[in-house]
Amino acid sequence: MSNVNWEDYSAQGFYDELIAGPGKPRPEAAMLCDYLAKLDAAELSAHKTAAEVAIQLMGITFTVYTEGNMIDRAWPFDIVPRIIPLAEWQKTEAGLKQRVQALNMFIDDLYHDQKIIKDGIFPAEILAQSVNFRPQCVGIKTPHNVWAHICGSDLVRDQDGTLYVLEDNLRVPSGVSYMLENRNVTKRVLPELFASGLIQPVDDYTSQLYEMLSSMSPRQGEEPTIVLLTPGIYNSAYYEHAYLAQQMGVQLVEGSDLVVGDDDCVYMRMIDGLQRVDVIYRRVDDMFLDPEVFNPESTLGARGLMRAWRKGNVALANAPGAGVADDKVVYAFVPQIIKYYLDQEPLIPNVPSYLCMFEDDRNYVLDNLDKLVVKPANESGGYGMMIGPHASKKERKKFAELIKANPRNYMAQPTLALSTSPTIVGTNMEARHVDLRPFILSGENIFVTTGGLTRVALVKGSLVVNSSQGGGSKDTWIVDLAGN
Amino acid sequence: MLSRVAENIYWLARYLERAEDTARLLSVNSNLLLDLPRATKLGWSEIIAITGNDELFDELYPNRDEASVLSFICGDLRYPGSIISSLMAARENLRTARDVIPREIWEEINQLYLSVREQVESGITPRKRDVFLNRVIRSCQTVNGLIEGSLSYTQVRTFLMIGRQLERADMTTRIIDVRSANLLPRSPGELTPFENIQWMSVLKSLTGFQMYRQHVRLRIRGPDVLRFLLQDRRFPRAVGTSLERLANALQSLPRHELALNEVETCRQHLAAADIAVLASEPTRLHSFVDEIQLDFTELHDAIASTWFAKPVDATQLQSQ
Repeated sequence: MSNVNWEDYSAQGFYDELIAGPGKPRPEAAMLCDYLAKLDAAELSAHKTAAEVAIQLMGITFTVYTEGNMIDRAWPFDIVPRIIPLAEWQKTEAGLKQRVQALNMFIDDLYHDQKIIKDGIFPAEILAQSVNFRPQCVGIKTPHNVWAHICGSDLVRDQDGTLYVLEDNLRVPSGVSYMLENRNVTKRVLPELFASGLIQPVDDYTSQLYEMLSSMSPRQGEEPTIVLLTPGIYNSAYYEHAYLAQQMGVQLVEGSDLVVGDDDCVYMRMIDGLQRVDVIYRRVDDMFLDPEVFNPESTLGARGLMRAWRKGNVALANAPGAGVADDKVVYAFVPQIIKYYLDQEPLIPNVPSYLCMFEDDRNYVLDNLDKLVVKPANESGGYGMMIGPHASKKERKKFAELIKANPRNYMAQPTLALSTSPTIVGTNMEARHVDLRPFILSGENIFVTTGGLTRVALVKGSLVVNSSQGGGSKDTWIVDLAGN
Repeated sequence: MLSRVAENIYWLARYLERAEDTARLLSVNSNLLLDLPRATKLGWSEIIAITGNDELFDELYPNRDEASVLSFICGDLRYPGSIISSLMAARENLRTARDVIPREIWEEINQLYLSVREQVESGITPRKRDVFLNRVIRSCQTVNGLIEGSLSYTQVRTFLMIGRQLERADMTTRIIDVRSANLLPRSPGELTPFENIQWMSVLKSLTGFQMYRQHVRLRIRGPDVLRFLLQDRRFPRAVGTSLERLANALQSLPRHELALNEVETCRQHLAAADIAVLASEPTRLHSFVDEIQLDFTELHDAIASTWFAKPVDATQLQSQ
């Protein structure tokens, strides 16, 4: 076993986040690559073990539903960080702010005057088909007119190095706690590199989140009572819920802890009686929030919550109904949405999308099924998708029929050549595909995390970065060589 | 503090204490094994009787030999009172309260559970018995130490204390009950020499031998040991001490009158016990233990109805 030799590392023709060509790290990655090249195999392995021990000790876990009683598993983590130059990140940050600002204006418009539909920019029939539009939310005034207070947007980089937004998660996005914990683990494992002072810190998130939530309180001027509403320990993101509650010093509540009084205010059951709640950071899906309005069987929310929210007695983040913009067909309209509300060109491009509801697009899709990824509009989590280049003739034929039968339900995108980043596999350094999920907070101001959560497909050649399907994650460094 | 969290914390403490004290209960027999003449045959069947789970046990195991009893009480998830079930329940209760408990405590409980599970999977043989029981007792003590040294004096600690003291009082009476359950073959002539050995093994299981010697300064005699374990107010595992500390903890909580009254009932019951009779008549001791355990159940009910999650009542809402 020998040291890492960057001459031998190959990204197989993909864009690599750290290595520009054989033996040539990108400028921002030089410090890291030199450091790693000086480690022999035993030292590298010791670093890896140190990270695993830290993760186990810190109890960083995630939940896999299929494992019965074993409800938590250690978080799969790769110690080699992914690096983005500060200058590039600043442009990305501006683009994310622009995007989320426009999306919030769009959602607010849909629940009020629907000007964008009246002006013929956004088709009414798409809204009519949306499963995430909540008629119960029409006419509600939200704090700062913001609906998606916490957004997680997935970014991917294509072969030519362009970053694209792949999707916007506006309902209850998760992963930010892992972004923070990945940094904690990396600091323990590679402390020498942090001494350089070139790596931008990430730990501001929870205080920014707390301040944003405070700013939403209906009782301004008084210290607000903020709670985080979790579906409970069997939710896959429970670790994150507990983590964020702890970091913000707020109560972690379950639906049964909350009660809505005759005064339409929300209270939580404390040992010395009831205490008024001002802001709820809810990690429970819309449909389970309030059995009075949504799913009547739900025990995860609180009866009367929507009543309290409509009256302005409690603030909810994200606002119910925000998911209307979290939809693959709406996604295709984001460039127009940005132009319509902000009169600006999008700073981060969308992945080109073809909507089968439009005849030209549909014909293009049907002619190019072997090159495209076809996605149903209203499914999430990769369900019901077809990846053209990997699909059989029979499968493509089946999708052609499906598209013709229900064109509005399908959209297609070119198959992207996702970028790679060096990852430790056994004792070698190999290229693995990555994406990036930054988190955007919108209140009075918009805040973007410094970098985000880099997810990595640990299986060779795989594009699937989900932790439940062989995905892991990395620390993400925004590096400033100018040293500002 | 949220009522649900208070309830979880309370049960966390009870389950932890239950795991520890169940290990202590088994170690009464362990200690006896070391002290008894070789020819004496020890019964394990009575241990099952003390737990009140004869029916479940007989369903699961064909006979009451040592290996089956150990397996049932240490490592059987089908028995909710087993050590592994208690630790699992402690862990689950802690999981929903992780945000209020220091991380190190979670790590220790997590580690204990995982290591017990590993040992159970490889089998608790009589040869490994003592090492296993000691590991459980010691780890639970470590958790108590972490709580003592790293958890602030808040209501979280109060509910931990309440759960621990109530469970400890309850389990100490069960361990005393081992004495009443003819562990040894009895014939009138043989009884006396072994009687004191049994009391000594009860003391040792509760780590009370030295403290007994210091407080009582008498040789081991049944009535003195029983008085010490029931009524003493200095030894941490004596029922009297547990109830006193429980009462102190309750007083720091709002609306504590109902629960405190129940503690008073328990204490009066204890004070009124005719120790000499109880020590000499196992059946009387057994029914005394039964009665005091009913008191404990009522105490628990009072705690639950005062502070734990329950349907909301309108008067509370109006008072806000």
